Amino acid sequence: MALNFWQSTLGKKIVMGATGLIMIGYLCAHLLGNMKIFFGPGEFNAYGHWLRVMGAPVLHHEWGLWIARIVLLAAVVLHAVSAYQLSRRDIKARPQKYVHTKPRMSYATRTMRWGGVILGLFIVWHVLDLTTGTTHSGGFQEGHPYQNVVDTFSTWYGNVIYIVAMLAMGMHVRHGFWSAAQTLGAGNHTRDRALKAIANALAIVLTAGFISIPVGVMTGVVS
Amino acid sequence: MKLTLRVWRQKNPDAPGAMATYELDGVSQDMSFLEMLDVLNEELIVKGDEPVAFDHDCREGICGACSLVINGDAHGPERTTTCQLHMRSFQDGDTIDIEPWRASAFPVIKDLVVDRSAFDRVIQAGGYITAPTGAAPEAHATPVPKADADFAFEHAECIGCGACVAACPNGAAMLFTSAKVNHLNVLPQGSPERETRVLDMVAQMDAEGFGGCTLTGECATACPKGIPLFSITAMNKEWLRATRKVKR
Ligand code: HEM
Ligand code: FES
Repeated sequence: MALNFWQSTLGKKIVMGATGLIMIGYLCAHLLGNMKIFFGPGEFNAYGHWLRVMGAPVLHHEWGLWIARIVLLAAVVLHAVSAYQLSRRDIKARPQKYVHTKPRMSYATRTMRWGGVILGLFIVWHVLDLTTGTTHSGGFQEGHPYQNVVDTFSTWYGNVIYIVAMLAMGMHVRHGFWSAAQTLGAGNHTRDRALKAIANALAIVLTAGFISIPVGVMTGVVS
Repeated sequence: MKLTLRVWRQKNPDAPGAMATYELDGVSQDMSFLEMLDVLNEELIVKGDEPVAFDHDCREGICGACSLVINGDAHGPERTTTCQLHMRSFQDGDTIDIEPWRASAFPVIKDLVVDRSAFDRVIQAGGYITAPTGAAPEAHATPVPKADADFAFEHAECIGCGACVAACPNGAAMLFTSAKVNHLNVLPQGSPERETRVLDMVAQMDAEGFGGCTLTGECATACPKGIPLFSITAMNKEWLRATRKVKR
């Protein structure tokens, strides 16, 4: 059954939609947490610490964090694998282009594939930059996320990579949220306006919210 | 009116094709698009050339035989079938590009004619009811709620022309398959096969090499019968439900 599900184009698409929604849910929580940066190093670093003890005393130190990491990793991998396999199939199903072509789809719809690749690369960079510190610009300090964030956004490339990725994320979420609703069978005529409005609101709030952090560092509000 | 036609010519499935250009004069605004092609073919025959092969049958917009991608639009600029498209939708002096449906599941047979038998096999996989049918039964014998009847009728309008596949950037047959699934799945007559129908038809659709859905909406825009994009949403829901109910 599970195999049949995965082998169907509909099954793969449902996996893509469900994992996409998990990631959107995570982005909302992540944004709320990140907003604490505007209330100073004390509050932001304490939040970083809480992520490690979340779920205590039921959960051992960092278990909650690792559970979240594993779920997210599984979601990204399943999402990317289904996207890759379905895209390969889609391209094969329409080998010959029309001589007379017109661009019709919205920008967000047309850029799902390349936007997804940008997001995938961004996720890798982001983890290496602010979680492991491998590619971090300043001296990466474990347990001092506030300073690490300020250091990242004190470099021009840190700002460029981050802002470009967040614009791509907004586009991806705009088409993605609405698509996921259709894929999971939740859309219809009467709900469509509400679904599109939620998709647009999510895209705008997530993009503007995340971009406010590098802008905060650049303007000296966060330093 | 005087037109420049650029038409896809291809001798057989294996031959390479190319666009050929023809000048056509004396076209009336009242002609249908297919009548315009008939005039072109008469001229070609007189000149000793091979006429352009294209599909057509009823010429009244109900059979689904006609096709053609006209200036990049499946069935041309109006929301109707090519046979019901009239030359008044074009201007004197226009250049019109005419191409066949493009999808690997719809190989070109000749010129503008493609093989749409993949659709027949999708129907054979579940687009029917198993109840024995004789003469038309008494209409009130099986009550159907108005909303369900409307929903079924909206989807039953699909004539299986394949414009949805032609318009889809992924060559997907989701709108066709969903129209057929929804039409029968909502009705009491179709309910014994409700789960197997959607599972089997979707499996056959995949086996034919159609692409997947990326919700671009091109199919519903091209559909001459106005099958809505939410038809696909409804099929997704039926498919999810069926995977939970049927253990295979
Ligand atoms: C923050 C990360 C991400 C989020 C929140 C996200 C969200 C979504 C959602 C909700 C969908 C809609 C699924 C559906 O159509 O039912 C989607 C589709 C898609 N995603 Fe992502 N995604 C993310 C990252 C990625 C990555 C890393 C890739 C590439 C490897 C990717 C590639 C795609 C593609 C190709 C589609 C299908 C586009 C289409 O249907 O036209 N996404 N995404
Ligand atoms: S010829 Fe029958 S629908 Fe056009």
